[in-house]
Amino acid sequence: MNDMSAKIRRSGAFLTVFLKEVKENLRDRRTLMSAFLTGPLLGPLLFVMLINVTLNRELDKAEKPLPVPVLGAAYAPNLIDALKAGGVVPGAAVADPAQTVRKQDADVVLRIAPDYGKAWRKGEPVQVELFYDSSRRDANTSVERVSDLVENYARQQGAMRLVARGLSPGTAWPLQVARRDQATPQSRAVLMFAMLPYFFVITIFMGGMYLAIDLTAGERERQSLEPLFANPVARWKILCGKLAAICAFSTASLLITLLGFAVVGRFIPAEKIGMELDLGLHFATYVLLLMLPLVLLLSALQSLVAAFAKSYREAQTYISLLMLVPIIPSALLSFMPIKAQAWMYAIPLLGQNLGIMQLLRGDGVTVEQIGLCLAGSLAAALVAVLVTAQLYRSEKLAISA
Amino acid sequence: MIEVRDLHKAFGAVKAVDGVSFTARDGEITGLLGPNGAGKTTTLRMLYTLMAPDRGQVLVDGIDAAADPLAVRRQLGVLPDARGLYKRLSARENIDYFGRLHGLPEELLASRREALVKALEMGDIADRRTEGFSQGQRVKTAIARALVHDPRNVILDEPTNGLDVMATRALRQFMTRLKEEGRCVLFSSHIMQEVGALCDRIVVIAHGRVVADETPDALRAQTGENNLEDAFVKIIGSEEGLAA
Repeated sequence: MNDMSAKIRRSGAFLTVFLKEVKENLRDRRTLMSAFLTGPLLGPLLFVMLINVTLNRELDKAEKPLPVPVLGAAYAPNLIDALKAGGVVPGAAVADPAQTVRKQDADVVLRIAPDYGKAWRKGEPVQVELFYDSSRRDANTSVERVSDLVENYARQQGAMRLVARGLSPGTAWPLQVARRDQATPQSRAVLMFAMLPYFFVITIFMGGMYLAIDLTAGERERQSLEPLFANPVARWKILCGKLAAICAFSTASLLITLLGFAVVGRFIPAEKIGMELDLGLHFATYVLLLMLPLVLLLSALQSLVAAFAKSYREAQTYISLLMLVPIIPSALLSFMPIKAQAWMYAIPLLGQNLGIMQLLRGDGVTVEQIGLCLAGSLAAALVAVLVTAQLYRSEKLAISA
Repeated sequence: MIEVRDLHKAFGAVKAVDGVSFTARDGEITGLLGPNGAGKTTTLRMLYTLMAPDRGQVLVDGIDAAADPLAVRRQLGVLPDARGLYKRLSARENIDYFGRLHGLPEELLASRREALVKALEMGDIADRRTEGFSQGQRVKTAIARALVHDPRNVILDEPTNGLDVMATRALRQFMTRLKEEGRCVLFSSHIMQEVGALCDRIVVIAHGRVVADETPDALRAQTGENNLEDAFVKIIGSEEGLAA
């Protein structure tokens, strides 16, 4: 009878390990900071800063007066007037236009040749030069604005010359392209938010990282694993308790970051550039659902990697390397956009990535896609858990020295 | 009671334990004596089922360690060579953790824990976090958590290692008390006086083999040396001669 109840209590070993690990790690400041502060909040903060800077710059450049140094402004007063009408503020001539652009003193410099007036009056083609640096991404808007203005002026003048000779302007432009952009406000947002899934993965990672290291490599380094294994509890039960503790911390991190993004989402002026962004409850619920199997998978992988390491430091190195793996699907999708096939949802990380992108586009995810995503990641997580459990059975694992 | 029969364990080409047999009886202190690297720790690790022997058998209270390692661990209280504590938990919390892993009911756990805290005279440190504990305080905590489930058999791997004179004396008294309570106490050491003063039986191990298994008096008589240390050197020395 007594034996029976002891047996039942021992079957609670999983819970004992879990509670002890949670309690112990709640007392560690570094773990707390990483799991509940820096990990989950760095993402949303960085994100909102980045987006705001980008958006504001785009908006600024489109509306603001644009100062452009002009060489030889006196030769082409009409062109200059046209530019002024387009919001360009012609500046004083600079000595070396190429150098000015290279030193980033100006986004773009315009040079008008001295023979402009003569050639113009003769009706001969004439050249104006735009100096710019296409590798400076932030200058591109300015360059495009000036170049559009110049070309529009040229077309306008060309049309007037044709009319003056009694020809229809249409003869010079037999073909016209009409653009029909099918992007929706949401899908435009996707381009900008391609890194969002990675933020979620990193958060899960950071949330569980210190626990994963502490619970295997750390425990071995502190020489507490051997006494622990001397207890009458199967090692897989100890492992399960530890995994549950890691999962609890990384899930908490994920929840905090989702909350962070929901709050931050309200401050992103996405609608100003014709985008729509929903990071609210609906979005958060689906992300949580898609991410849950990843929580288990990553915690098992982290434990596995940390169990291979002989010391805390070594484990930290391995885990940092492991952290680079989740970048792959995000990078892959942003550099070479592929059309999503059904099977891709079953691949851990890639599936979550695709699913979150779908949510951002406002297309929603189907039950089938969620099912594939959960099944694929869960299967991978189980394999990782089993491999880790196998590793836990090794004799060498417990021996510290 | 702990019975060891013909244990073998090799790590690659190195035969760490090469045919060790002995019996540690209830109500006795058995000392496992040997120089560093003789195979003491490896032997003990096989006793508390951390390692599986390549060959041979371990019986604890008649239970075969290979057949039911969990049952064997329930019969044992172990102070391993590694005595790491959880530094962010207090001494009491460290003890409780192991008690719960043994499945002790909370009331019993509390009474056992407090009895050990009293017996080991660690009342003043019991609620402190173990970070920054002295070697002696660490060993006390580690012993308390190893014995919280009231095991019949106690295995201590070099328990006095790194302790000062006072702590060593206290620990020896505690071991004598365990013996008087009728437990089977097995400990390893490389310190002659300690083994001579405490043990009812001495098992001398060298190069992974048992070279003597006697009472201290019989050991002195067998070697013709009055001093136990000389006896020890003689036994091991002659064994080395045989091996060569």
